[in-house]
Amino acid sequence: MSQRGELPTWVDVGLIPLLNLAIALFISGLVVVIIGENPLQALGIMLHGAVGSLKGWSYMFYYATNFIFTGLAVAVAFHAGLFNIGGDGQAYVAGLGAAIPGLLLGGALSSVLPGSISQPVTLLAALAGSIAIGAFYGWVPGYLQAKRGSHIVITTIMFNFIASSLMIYLINNVFRPVGKMAVESRAIDDAYILNFRELGRLVGMKLPSSPLNPVVLLAMLAAFLVWYLLWRTKLGFELRAVGANSDAAVYAGISPSRIIMIAMALSGGLAGLVAFNEILGVQHRLLLDFVGGAGFVGIAVALMGRSHPLGIVLSALLFGLLYQGGTELSFAIQTISRDMIVVIQGLVILFMGALEDAFRPSLSALFFKVED
Amino acid sequence: MSVAVIFQATSFSVWVLTLAGITDNFWFALTRMISATPAIELIGIDKRFGAVHANNNVSLSIAKASIHGIIGENGAGKSTLMSILFGFYAADKGEIKVQGKPVRIKSSTDAIHLGIGMVHQHFMLVDPFTVLENVVLGSEGGALIGPALAKARAELKHLADEYELDVDPDAIVGELPVGLQQRVEILKALYKGADILILDEPTGVLTPDEADHLFRILRQLRDQGKTVILITHKLREIMAITDRVSVMRRGEMVATKETARTSVEELAELMVGRRVLLHVEKSAARPGEVVLDVRNVLWRDRKGTPRVDGVSLQVRKGEIVGIAGVSGNGQSELLDVITGIAKANSGQVIFKGEDITTLHDPAILRQRGMAHVPEDRQHRGLITSFSAAESAILGWQNNPKLGRSFHLNRAAVLSQCQKQMEEFDVRPANPLLKSSKFSGGNQQKLILAREIGSNPDLLIVGQPTRGVDIGAIEFIHKRLIQLRDEGKAILLVSVELDEIRSLSDRILVMFSGRIMGELEATADERECGLLMAGIAREAA
Repeated sequence: MSQRGELPTWVDVGLIPLLNLAIALFISGLVVVIIGENPLQALGIMLHGAVGSLKGWSYMFYYATNFIFTGLAVAVAFHAGLFNIGGDGQAYVAGLGAAIPGLLLGGALSSVLPGSISQPVTLLAALAGSIAIGAFYGWVPGYLQAKRGSHIVITTIMFNFIASSLMIYLINNVFRPVGKMAVESRAIDDAYILNFRELGRLVGMKLPSSPLNPVVLLAMLAAFLVWYLLWRTKLGFELRAVGANSDAAVYAGISPSRIIMIAMALSGGLAGLVAFNEILGVQHRLLLDFVGGAGFVGIAVALMGRSHPLGIVLSALLFGLLYQGGTELSFAIQTISRDMIVVIQGLVILFMGALEDAFRPSLSALFFKVED
Repeated sequence: MSVAVIFQATSFSVWVLTLAGITDNFWFALTRMISATPAIELIGIDKRFGAVHANNNVSLSIAKASIHGIIGENGAGKSTLMSILFGFYAADKGEIKVQGKPVRIKSSTDAIHLGIGMVHQHFMLVDPFTVLENVVLGSEGGALIGPALAKARAELKHLADEYELDVDPDAIVGELPVGLQQRVEILKALYKGADILILDEPTGVLTPDEADHLFRILRQLRDQGKTVILITHKLREIMAITDRVSVMRRGEMVATKETARTSVEELAELMVGRRVLLHVEKSAARPGEVVLDVRNVLWRDRKGTPRVDGVSLQVRKGEIVGIAGVSGNGQSELLDVITGIAKANSGQVIFKGEDITTLHDPAILRQRGMAHVPEDRQHRGLITSFSAAESAILGWQNNPKLGRSFHLNRAAVLSQCQKQMEEFDVRPANPLLKSSKFSGGNQQKLILAREIGSNPDLLIVGQPTRGVDIGAIEFIHKRLIQLRDEGKAILLVSVELDEIRSLSDRILVMFSGRIMGELEATADERECGLLMAGIAREAA
């Protein structure tokens, strides 16, 4: 007998997130009022900035691409009962896997092979490299959890710091060409992913400039594959079993430590795809802090998306909207600075994530009163 | 001081009265006079949890100084009713009167103030604390603990003398045997001034001997004017100790009877709503070759304490071997070692002629024909957040029938579950329903269907009917006997002695990690009871 009845699915996955979002926006509105601006006008600018033009839309999808990857990363670990805080670090280090093939292989290959062969090979190597290095960097905390009992939350947080220091050192001392002031590698110009604007130009279409590139389709594919893995494969079943009840999993002959390591590797691999998007699709070079906090946003995205790939795609789009709209807003209203936008995003994360269940008890009481 | 004086005066007057030849009858009449107003009256209690109508207009009156039994199957609503009385839930409708006065009980603190005490099925004790510290917990009164402890020590001594409730006040609770821990719970309630004591399934963890002692304590409490409410599903206990008994079924109070004027059969019928067969019919076993051979197995826990201590046993084809014993005497650990969940420290486990001692892999053992219905259904047998269909493949998910290589064929999973549900009469027969939404009996049938469905050579069954309603018990018992007659080997572990005695062909009794002895299926209860309490046959 459950202590209180369960809410219907539409309330759980629809109404509660929307209610949380509404409250987050309301409080953000109050903040805007306090600094002396009109909140409705601010909201209008935000929405218009994100969905009022094709350019806005494409930026929104560009941001969402990274958030889908990191959201999926968090969700896969979460289904195995693990809270992977290390998406940021995993994505950052995966930058090595994304950049090195382009920097080393690209040039070498293109001198012996025609571009139509060397470029795809280099890109595939970069894709594999991003996934592999991200996976490895996720696997290590997984190993420590599975075999040594070190708590995954603690280790992944520490691994974020390690990743940050490591990358600063490597980019500064290894990748930076002699004499260059900016802390970044040389440009990867032999093989990169054309963005939609460049692709459009090839076929004579004029598209607004934005970093959006075909990797967004890879993100959608990844969402589908994660869904397929979790709910249509034996490995996914075992992974969810360990997450839901590790005692039952042991009884069933599933090794939790094996699953923990696999889940963390998968999680890290998904986070690593952020590097593939950013380095091959947007920046075309390895640079400092290219992840831009996407790993942390991924936690909020996964929470809001209820760790379901479809929910993650939708909430990633919402966060994409907030990012793009927020950027426009800080341009349009001078008193609303970049930091204000961070405050608003923070409020959304607070209500969608940390206070996720704050309204559930009263809502469920209300709901059953109405039903009676 | 004053308490002691009154106490001495009372015992003196009792002595005088006894001397004067005014004995039991007088006391009986006196208590009847006092108990004209019931200790507790529940009037029209109604409680819903979502769609579940847990208590439907329940009324109950409990006489002062009586032992009142409440029976009902799992989910009949008896725990909900008591939780309402003890302030864990608020009733949607209805009225509660304590000692004739209408009251509102909003929390357990309110209940304690009204003189209601509860002994939970799972004890609410702080293990590393002493008995005294546990008793004082919640009524420390002041910043310093010293005075409260001193007061409690005196009071405990008084309670111990009065009710045969002896416990060393300075013993660490976690080191006490379960029977004594339960006594601490009772002491705790009495110390807080309980006049009405609710006991939820109190004998589940006790040996027959300990249960008898508990009953003596309860009778004494009643004779001293306390009211005892006993929640149980064991009909024999009801018959043995209660004055009156109320039967609940599906959230409703179906009857209240004087215990002396009812029978086990009548109560069972009231509980289930139809006639039930309480005894399993079976023919003599025809044991074949040895399927499982456990030789001198030792298993130590993390602290190095041997929990399974040199156990040897054999299970043959076509027989049910039952392991009796009070829970926590190494049965669970033994099952873990046999099924590959834990690895024995020494000794051998031989399954179908192969040494599997060091295999330590339940998945491989399943493939080789060992099925396992675990003791703890909720925490091991299924995954409550998974759908029934998903729970129904737990452990068998790599079966090639369910999809090639890594793919899991959803249609195959669903249709297999549907088939099993029909064969084992699982209700509702909906493979997509969450596992947690099924009643205990139906969850158990789902697990049995899964494990038996694999056509195993050996079936290990732990507590097959714990928390299962009577109707389902009948079904499960029949099914196990049928399986035995098909020539399967079955190893059964249960804390229900009746179950062991009615199903097993041979009975082994476990105590403190050891097999105390082997008994025939026809052995009497007393003999089992002695072995369960750790008294070897030579000594008895």
